[in-house]
Amino acid sequence: MIPAQFDYVRPSDLPDALRILKEREGEAKVLSGGYSLIPLLKLRLAQPGLLVDIRDVSGLDGIVETAGELVVGGRATHRQIQLDPVVAARYPLLRDAAGGIGDPQVRNWGTIGGSCAHADPSADWPAVLIAARATIVCRSADGRRTVPAREFFLDTFVTAIEPTEILTEVRIPRPADRSGGAYEKIERKAGDFATAASAVQLRLGPDGRIAEVGIGLTAVAETAFAATEAERVLAGNAPSEALFRQAGEAAAAQSRPSADGHGPAEYKRAMAAEMTVRALRRATARALGQA
Amino acid sequence: MTTQHVSVTVNGTRHEADVEPRLLLVHLLRDVLGLTGTHIGCDTSHCGACTVLVDGTSAKSCALLAVQANGAQITTIEGMEQAGKLHPLQQAFWDQHGLQCGFCTPGMIVESSWLLAQNPDPTEQEIREGISGNLCRCTGYVNIVKAIQQAAAELRAAPEASAGSAGVAAR
Repeated sequence: MIPAQFDYVRPSDLPDALRILKEREGEAKVLSGGYSLIPLLKLRLAQPGLLVDIRDVSGLDGIVETAGELVVGGRATHRQIQLDPVVAARYPLLRDAAGGIGDPQVRNWGTIGGSCAHADPSADWPAVLIAARATIVCRSADGRRTVPAREFFLDTFVTAIEPTEILTEVRIPRPADRSGGAYEKIERKAGDFATAASAVQLRLGPDGRIAEVGIGLTAVAETAFAATEAERVLAGNAPSEALFRQAGEAAAAQSRPSADGHGPAEYKRAMAAEMTVRALRRATARALGQA
Repeated sequence: MTTQHVSVTVNGTRHEADVEPRLLLVHLLRDVLGLTGTHIGCDTSHCGACTVLVDGTSAKSCALLAVQANGAQITTIEGMEQAGKLHPLQQAFWDQHGLQCGFCTPGMIVESSWLLAQNPDPTEQEIREGISGNLCRCTGYVNIVKAIQQAAAELRAAPEASAGSAGVAAR
């Protein structure tokens, strides 16, 4: 399969990249790792006039923890995140997700910013960032704005990012003590997109009850979304198998899966519930220091 | 639509070409440079038959543009053998009957070379995870895993055996 023709530029710094995006608004598209965009170009589902490859733009692939946040550059690869020692120490939700994306070659090239800006309805990062209540930083020639992950993913392949913007970083709140996160995914075969997946980030209060919880689901609606009903079921209650099951059912009820090669809608809804239960179990165990 | 100049070093040899930006890396290798050892399997970035190393990092060359690889060091299956001697992975695939129809083999061997550069002593599970982006439709995975285990043991015993372009580039 051969993509339609396009022009290609590889600017060396961010201002240059942003200037090109502004000048060629409507026809330019940002190329990061390429593992989502190039298959689309080959299928001619996307036919941009210009690709702006941000490979040489420095400063976009760092992973830095500040006092309150983990700041992950938009060009950080899934593998970088998977292997990062700070992520391994304090962000198990991110580590779970990064290690399960696609296959080794995909993780070598695919980037968190590319994945989020692409917004495949079965992608892993959107659900994770929703669960973690992350924010997404978008830069344009005219400035910088921060969008909560919960307001970023709008529809299949549709996000809040503008054509003139580059997703430069995602910012994940640093988990407090007695926090835990987990990502649980079911896929038909190794490296496949999720059939259903659930991301959980929670904090237990001094009384052992669930003080805060975020849940993001992927592959079971037109885009990743926050399972707000399940969050309400959990908030303020003591963790238990019965409570997790109830939350799983609430997550499933909020899902809007469509039947496809991964299975019928009813099956996907059942898997949304099950993945949520498993993620809650593991996140809670981690919050208690048991896993 | 204008062409762009690309310069790539493939298996230690520098090549220059003027290409359309839409040219995929795998087509540069096969059609422009005549290196047909890298196979096109699914052409949808699932099967891994087209795996090559780009600056030491394994990549599916059907999901990269040639212009993205401008300036890069590339290793293909043709770069594994050195001075008439098979790379330990190639020899091990032969010894262990790790190839049946052989179509996936170039990608399997290149991906395995990357895996062993990252993790010289992988468990069977780590090997299976490491080649999870490479599909063998003969389903000959058992002998492929055995072959990678054999090569891993040999490379640990004599690391200089990997000192070909793959070994140098793998970082």
